[in-house]
Amino acid sequence: MAREYETVIGLEVHVELATKTKIFCGCSTAFGGAPNSHTCPVCTGMPGSLPVLNKQVVEYAVAVGLATNCKITQYCKFDRKNYFYPDNPQNYQISQLYLPICRDGKVEITTDEGTKFVGIHEIHMEEDAGKLVHDDWDDCSYVDYNRSGVPLIEIVSEPDMRSAKEVIAYLEKLRTTIQYLGASDCKLNEGSMRADVNISVREVGAKEFGTRTEMKNLNSFKAIARAIENERARQIDIIEEGGQVVQETRRWDDNKEYSYAMRSKEDAQDYRYFPEPDLVPVSISDEWIESIRSNQPEFKDEKKKRYMDEFGLPEYDADIITGSKKMADMFEEATAICGKPKKVSNWLMGETMRLLKDRDIEFEDVKFDAVNFSKLVNLADEGKVNNQVAKEVFEKVFDENIDPEEYVKANGLESNSDAGELKEVIQKIVDANPQSVEDYHNGKTKAIGFLVGQTMKEMKGKANPAMINQILTEILNG
Amino acid sequence: MDILDLTAVELSQKIKAKEITVVEATKAVLDQIDKKEESYNCYVTVDKEGALERAAKVQEKIDNGELSGPLAGVPVAIKDNMCTKGMLTTCSSKILSNFIPTFSSQAVINLEEAGAVIIGKTNMDEFAMGSTSETSYYGPTKNPWNTEHVPGGSSGGSAAAVAAKECYYALGSDTGGSIRQPAGYCGVVGLKPTYSTVSRYGLIAYGSSLDQIGPLCKDVTDCATILDVIASHDEKDSTSVERKDGKFTDALVNDVAGLKIGIPKDYFGEGLDSEVKEAVLAAAKVLEEKGAIVEEFDLSLVDYAIPAYYTIASAEASSNLERFDGIKYGYRTEEYEGLHNMYKKTRSEGFGPEVKRRIMLGSFVLSSGYYDAYYLKALKVKALIKKAFDDAFAKYDVILGPVAPTTAPKIGESLSDPIKMYLGDVYTISANLAGLPGICLPCGIDSKGLPIGLQLLGDCFKENNIIRAAYTYEQARGKITNKGLEA
Repeated sequence: MAREYETVIGLEVHVELATKTKIFCGCSTAFGGAPNSHTCPVCTGMPGSLPVLNKQVVEYAVAVGLATNCKITQYCKFDRKNYFYPDNPQNYQISQLYLPICRDGKVEITTDEGTKFVGIHEIHMEEDAGKLVHDDWDDCSYVDYNRSGVPLIEIVSEPDMRSAKEVIAYLEKLRTTIQYLGASDCKLNEGSMRADVNISVREVGAKEFGTRTEMKNLNSFKAIARAIENERARQIDIIEEGGQVVQETRRWDDNKEYSYAMRSKEDAQDYRYFPEPDLVPVSISDEWIESIRSNQPEFKDEKKKRYMDEFGLPEYDADIITGSKKMADMFEEATAICGKPKKVSNWLMGETMRLLKDRDIEFEDVKFDAVNFSKLVNLADEGKVNNQVAKEVFEKVFDENIDPEEYVKANGLESNSDAGELKEVIQKIVDANPQSVEDYHNGKTKAIGFLVGQTMKEMKGKANPAMINQILTEILNG
Repeated sequence: MDILDLTAVELSQKIKAKEITVVEATKAVLDQIDKKEESYNCYVTVDKEGALERAAKVQEKIDNGELSGPLAGVPVAIKDNMCTKGMLTTCSSKILSNFIPTFSSQAVINLEEAGAVIIGKTNMDEFAMGSTSETSYYGPTKNPWNTEHVPGGSSGGSAAAVAAKECYYALGSDTGGSIRQPAGYCGVVGLKPTYSTVSRYGLIAYGSSLDQIGPLCKDVTDCATILDVIASHDEKDSTSVERKDGKFTDALVNDVAGLKIGIPKDYFGEGLDSEVKEAVLAAAKVLEEKGAIVEEFDLSLVDYAIPAYYTIASAEASSNLERFDGIKYGYRTEEYEGLHNMYKKTRSEGFGPEVKRRIMLGSFVLSSGYYDAYYLKALKVKALIKKAFDDAFAKYDVILGPVAPTTAPKIGESLSDPIKMYLGDVYTISANLAGLPGICLPCGIDSKGLPIGLQLLGDCFKENNIIRAAYTYEQARGKITNKGLEA
């Protein structure tokens, strides 16, 4: 009988914090910028320069720690992690090993198999490295230190996850929590959130963990799910064939759906960690923690419940909308303006989702604002434009954040609500289509759809469908 | 009187009184450098033109009243491990032999704002690692009292330049005695302030938790005056503190009545040269006669200071010196194949043997499996040493002893036996481990004609006690002159 296996997964998640300046100097963290334009003696490792800790980094790290139920290390320190690589100007990274800022947390995740907790082992603060640019033409490399010193937190989970679904649920949970805090935009595709996945397998019921591998280069939730399935299968094959899994770091190639070994435990570097002597220990007072706690926002789960209770949204819709802080903000702002929560929700769940998928972007990337969005909701709801036109105008709002009222006016897209003209047109259509009229009277109510369509065509789309229906019914039954 | 014989404070007074111009003083120093450098090799860089330009500018500012402080117009030399914007800064190492900083260290900026005229950069042990100034890529500095002897180290160039009148005062740095010991060997006054008093921003780090900048000068008055200027709370250095305990020059008081001075018996045992011992105890006698209460006591843990120091300093150095890799600045090997070969060859060719020894030692004590046994244990020893000094300073205001077991050794004697050289740091190292201020001033001349150094240690943030004791002793002692230099 085939043996059954369980996958054991733990995550190391790096999150780039949304501070305006770097962790140890005053340079901008802005993306883009000419190479080495956001640099100074500190973040380029000039001799004699010294780091000074950015207080906002500590605040964000504590905020994330509190939101993930961690204990805050009130006397914490930085350590140096020593390794030579040109993207690392000092050849050591300032990180935390011995006294990380947060420990022993947990978050609740929900999958279709139910609800469980995933433990957080620790969260520590550290600096990002620069970027190497290889020029194959000249056979040389350039280094850009704009990213050097951008603040990161690394969230290390316990090995508590058992499936790709749980991993995705955990990552979604971290992402929404951190986005709600405003501590990061958490974009996997842009690298502001990066996950390394530690995977092992063991026979169901076994007490000991199997040997784990660490998977790197996972740039999307889909890639993570594929990599986990692939690695699970690879490890089971090795074990079934009587082999042993080697503890190593592997790199996932999502195009080839295949991973390859980068380095084994034997090649692991000795980072010679020791306390960073250029920084004084960070002392975090009870008052400071309380002030950060009191500024925590309403998180997803509370918000979702409130949307269901207060606005009567279905659970599914409330879940999707609160899944992105920006979408929830949009929902609340637009609702506040137009007072139509269900209509707003429908536009978000329907057309917005469709366009996000079509444009292959996330809600965080959309450009439209709640004012224009709520104007559109009103235009459609009040029948000032018909459904088809409303969708077309929304697309314009979505892509270009146009003012829908002005746009409709300028392009003459208002529904024609002059009942007299409409009545004449409908009468003409009815006269021209005796067969449909007969069908209607014979109980084929579908025939009315054809007549509405014909009327719409005649009106060049500028008619209120509800009104057509009403007049048409009157004429047919008249 | 030769203007080179003036102290910094005396010179600035004469400049203010328009008896001497800044350019005259600067030229006098540059002439002396021309005459003496070949014998002593105090400098890595002498910036003649720049110095004269700066002198003229400072004179203008003095004339129009912008500058009136006690260092205005006085020529100064800077140890070559402090960044000076636009001026070569080498740490006396091949690996930085072409390095021109884009910014100046805060201590240098403070001096410049006070109207100091920077003459150039002084020679040192490579990356401040050494006790003799012989490990410099630019050749050894020689002791102006006797050129067959070393000037001490690592701030040997600064101490020798002051002793040879090739500047009026100099900045040095002290990680394990690097200001005080060369001051002792060269017969000048050197002060290491409490850790965190002078900003380390721009000081190229050796042992970050131990490094501290301080002055080397002709007398105690200059020392306190310079410290007033260079000490500052600097937000760019997280370990810097704001001193709110008044001016250091306020402690220039010729009176030690009631001051409690402890003499650690452990500093006068085996290994201490008898002439040094005699001179130091005689100095204690002088202070006692002036009204100080002098007592012997047991300072424990002295034997553990050296291993703890070399463990901690080397560990920090191994990491601090990682940035010298041939990528961004400094020396890069000429031919290489690939990145790792470039690193290896650059660092093999760029660092001297003493630096390599400490990088290897430091990397070893931090490596996995050894960290607890060496580095962590050394940190515990450091904490215990601090505790022993806390106990001592509960009873005494000043701890008095020799600065080194002997006077300056001959050139070539020390490097052949590094352990012996390390052991020579026994009296100075504890002050760095405990963060204490210490001052060294001459207290006699031995039968070889070399000066003997007296060291006074104070509790953290209590420079006032050691300045007061040193000033009182200096007044009682009278002048000590280097007859060799006069000849």
